[in-house]
Amino acid sequence: MVWLSNGAVVVVLALASLAGIAVRRNPLWHDAMRRLARRRPITLMALSVFGLIALLDSVCWVGGETGPGSGDAVAAYEARSLLDRWFEPESFRERSYSAPFAAEEFYGAAPLEHPGEHWLGTDVLGRDVFFLTLKGFRVALLIGGFTSLIVIPIALAFGIAAGYFGGRVDDAVFFLISTLASIPSLLLLIALIMVLGRGTTQVCIALGITSWVSLARLVRAETFRLRELDYVEAARALGVSEFQIILRHILPNLAHLVVITFVLLFSSMVLAETILAYLGVGVDGSWGQMIDRAKDEFSRDPVVWWNLSAASAALFALLLSVNLLGDALRDVLDPRTLREL
Amino acid sequence: MAELLQVSNLSVTFPGSSGRVTVVDDISFTMQAGEVLSLVGESGCGKSLTALAIMRLVPKPGRIETASRIRLEGQELMDLAVPDMRRVRGEQIAMIFQEPMSALNPVQAVGPQVVEALRLHERITSREARARVEELFERVGIPDPRKRFESYPHQLSGGLKQRVMIAMAVSMRPRLLIADEPTTALDVTVQAQIIELLRELQSTLGTSVLLITHDLGVVNELADRVLMMYAGRTIEAGLREQILSRPRHPYTHGLLRSIPARAARGQRLAEISGVVPSPEHWPSGCRFAPRCSERLEVCTKQVPESLELDATHSVCCHAVAASLAEGAP
Repeated sequence: MVWLSNGAVVVVLALASLAGIAVRRNPLWHDAMRRLARRRPITLMALSVFGLIALLDSVCWVGGETGPGSGDAVAAYEARSLLDRWFEPESFRERSYSAPFAAEEFYGAAPLEHPGEHWLGTDVLGRDVFFLTLKGFRVALLIGGFTSLIVIPIALAFGIAAGYFGGRVDDAVFFLISTLASIPSLLLLIALIMVLGRGTTQVCIALGITSWVSLARLVRAETFRLRELDYVEAARALGVSEFQIILRHILPNLAHLVVITFVLLFSSMVLAETILAYLGVGVDGSWGQMIDRAKDEFSRDPVVWWNLSAASAALFALLLSVNLLGDALRDVLDPRTLREL
Repeated sequence: MAELLQVSNLSVTFPGSSGRVTVVDDISFTMQAGEVLSLVGESGCGKSLTALAIMRLVPKPGRIETASRIRLEGQELMDLAVPDMRRVRGEQIAMIFQEPMSALNPVQAVGPQVVEALRLHERITSREARARVEELFERVGIPDPRKRFESYPHQLSGGLKQRVMIAMAVSMRPRLLIADEPTTALDVTVQAQIIELLRELQSTLGTSVLLITHDLGVVNELADRVLMMYAGRTIEAGLREQILSRPRHPYTHGLLRSIPARAARGQRLAEISGVVPSPEHWPSGCRFAPRCSERLEVCTKQVPESLELDATHSVCCHAVAASLAEGAP
């Protein structure tokens, strides 16, 4: 898994720089991004911090010193990310669960082994909540990003085919869409995960299969509109083939839609995973799982609230930034506002 | 002059609530090489559809009826396979659209769009193509073509956009240029410039132009011959002077009388009462009969035959036929 995780980092960085170059070359996109930066500077900064945390947790290698107090021989042979190396989770060895805010008698007067080290307390197994929360960023970005990567090609293919060619193709695609939309998505999700098995990839694929419908509908409607426009007609009158028309005239004019939907999909996917985790079929290490575990501790007295709060706050922060970004993107990329420039 | 385009028995139908509705009804005409033929009629009379049918681009679910024949330089377009027809479009027939605002892709710079058109039919490097396009821009009167190459449609005025469209259309030196109301969406001053450009291009390139318009001023500026259409049928055809100064069909008459510049001062402008009926409600007999001031009894019953007034002028009207029959004996 070492090469996969590091490879993903390389791929993400490469794609990001390619996208950056492409945006820089195209004046329309360059201008849109400039306006975006002016409109949502704090959101962009927050998102870059989140991304950086995820990257720090993705770059990993085997070996190096494990933390003090680690008697675990296996840990030395496991790949550990930069974040792991920084926090040294092997050393989280509280005798019971602890918290900076808890009263002395809470622990039966036993002294803490690492007093003051856990900023947000620990969970029931003695793991640092702050560390777990930070690790959740990578999982959340993975779920959102990977699922969107699955959803967008499927939705584009079906949506464009239905909208552009119409007739029987449209009927077939719409039948598929209606069928999928009429199955309760949560049931379908759980059934798919049962079939595919548990794991990050499987959950992402299951989420992808159940959520391409709305984007496909949107793409279909937009393609339907674009198809009738004069410049598509003009391209036909110049002898451009249907495939080329889709590639050069339909797809670029759908780009804003794809970018906006990507961002909105992203947040809904992260949210959907939280619900799945609550049902016990989520991705390991996600905030959903943290919340799921924290709910058992919620009934204790004195109440253990920091687990739940930390995961929820992180989830809220990420989703809020993503939604703010999506909102700004919609304003910036809408072709109607572009044309009015 | 050699015959360039021969359209015979062209019919286009669309599915309606009760069977197929004929929107372009049995139209025949010919065009000579280097000629400007103007197709004139009100909105909804089928003139744009006729143009699209010549390129075999009738939008679905419309259909060109099988009896229709379209010959371009002796080649039967109706029999061509789709890829061959695609090659004819752009290379032999090109089209200029009414709305320059929407006829250019908004997310692509205008230069590359013309390059795309050029490279579609010709194997040239992108550098050659760029040089050619800048030359074309210069030719159609776009100032500073090098800078304009990188401009996006929203950065150009309507007149400039129409010039880009014209550059794109003439890039392959087509034999036939179809101009669908090329000046309707433009300011009056820009209209004059575009007309001037079209006339100049037409004479230097020797391209034939099928000019679709409802603006008789444009007809007067550009056309050699005129084909009047009403409700999907041709009603009168003739040389420009014949149509504009000696029209025979009551509809042509009416149109000419309703031009503001020709009306006497202080007098109410003449009009043709009523509107063109929709294709589903076209009357039997002569379709203009309900609005016609010279209506005879036969008009609502029988479709008027085409009547040759002389070698170049023909008209489809019972009233004209009756007056000729009276005068003849």
